[in-house]
Amino acid sequence: MATNAEPAGARPASPGQEGIIVLRHVSKHFGELAAVKDANLTVQPGQVLVLIGPSGSGKSTLLRCINLLERPSAGEVWVDGYRMTDPATDINQVRAEIGMVFQQFNLYPHLSVLENVTLAQRVVRGRSRSQAEAIAMRQLEKVGIPEQAHKMPSQLSGGQQQRVAIARALAMDPKIMLFDEPTSALDPEMIAEVLDVMLALAREGMTMVVVTHEMGFARKAADQVVFMDHGQIVETGPPEQIFDHPQQERTKRFLSQILRA
Amino acid sequence: MSTQSAVSTRHRPSQILARLPYWLLTAILLGLLLLWNILTDADYNVIFNAVVKGVRITVTVSLIAYAGALVLGLILGLARLSTKRVILEAASFYVEIVRGVPMLVILYYIAFVGAPGLVDLINWLGHWINSLGLELLGAPLVDFSVRNMDFTARAVLALVIGYSAFISEIFRAGIESIDPGQMEAARSQGMTHWQAMRYVILPQAIRRVLPPLGNDFIAMLKDSALVSVLGVQDITQMGKVYAASTFRFFETYNVVAFLYLVMTIALSLLVRTMERRMPSGYQR
Repeated sequence: MATNAEPAGARPASPGQEGIIVLRHVSKHFGELAAVKDANLTVQPGQVLVLIGPSGSGKSTLLRCINLLERPSAGEVWVDGYRMTDPATDINQVRAEIGMVFQQFNLYPHLSVLENVTLAQRVVRGRSRSQAEAIAMRQLEKVGIPEQAHKMPSQLSGGQQQRVAIARALAMDPKIMLFDEPTSALDPEMIAEVLDVMLALAREGMTMVVVTHEMGFARKAADQVVFMDHGQIVETGPPEQIFDHPQQERTKRFLSQILRA
Repeated sequence: MSTQSAVSTRHRPSQILARLPYWLLTAILLGLLLLWNILTDADYNVIFNAVVKGVRITVTVSLIAYAGALVLGLILGLARLSTKRVILEAASFYVEIVRGVPMLVILYYIAFVGAPGLVDLINWLGHWINSLGLELLGAPLVDFSVRNMDFTARAVLALVIGYSAFISEIFRAGIESIDPGQMEAARSQGMTHWQAMRYVILPQAIRRVLPPLGNDFIAMLKDSALVSVLGVQDITQMGKVYAASTFRFFETYNVVAFLYLVMTIALSLLVRTMERRMPSGYQR
């Protein structure tokens, strides 16, 4: 790469080899607004990266750049060795390897819980109905709600819906899971049940990128915490460093604000 | 007010009387009166038997034209949501032009300009293909020689073209009303745009557009009366012919209106029931 001053042999041939997720100089503009400015990230397989920062700081946009739900205005994104920002890459094939969980769950309301978890398995993975259902039931058991399989999403509580969404993503056997403020739309008493599932997933060694305001989760699960503000990555480090010894003034201010609340 | 008292007041006779749909009762009463006349009055009976022959054509024309308009409308609706500029502009051109022309004018235009042109085009194509000298097992590959297109078919074609524009707008609005998060969820799982449409967006959108689609069918049923200007023997045409020869305008058009109303009121009640069931549509 042009920005690389080191000799060619000292680094992997492609930046895409440096980690399972590699973002290089990623920017995203919405008209005049620069939501993400020149962000660089590397996530190793099995790592949990937690993105924190004030609302509007660009964390969700950056997360959505990983599976190209937002197409970066500039910069490069590699996932699992594929250059996502290359128009020749089959995005759908890579996306099948990246599970995503949304703030608003985004379950398919016209399908039962079981059908929610089997649809993409059958359409994208080409699994048979019985095979897909067996995998779906295993995932629903894992998130603790196998008995809800035949209900409609609207009949479940928010926490249950979000767990279905996690099961739906896991049923694809993803290599990476992305979480976009998964507990922000939940009533307080339901947050724990979702975080528990996510913690268990992290302990199993799932590669995860999580946008959240749950600092307790970040402390417990994160290998790396990234603090963003005004579209920029301000500080990156292990949770102990970010939470206990933040280096940057903006990080300190943000943490003192949310910890006071 | 507690739920219990609400239930009890609803069943009080005065409450029931206050809630009755008097427009419907009046309509039913008038309908029964006319029906009584048809059964007992010889003149009405003759008129009814003459006009009712048109019901088959009215219903057939409406159903076929509506089915065609649904298919074309869905394609146009999807085209108007396309990110490909050419497709979007072409579909928008069609929809805006067709919506801006009165149905009656579309009917004349298709019957006397579009359909003859289409017949010529097909004949020319057939001629051209044959002139290439392609032969399959000794016989000409294509043997087009369409001489004409009957007026019922022209009327159906016109209704399809006219209504597809309106129906495309219903589909477009229905698809746009689905939360963008649905498309994102589907795409994030690796589905293509079309898979997401097919399995996630359209099943939800179609439920939402059923009531407006039902209303458009009613409108189509009524507009099918326009085909009488082409001499297609629907309810209106049968009435027109009968009234012109007997000068019994009052009785004839009573019967004509009665036949349309039986169909349209029944259908609109059906659509309303459908609308009322909508909010709980996703619970099984």
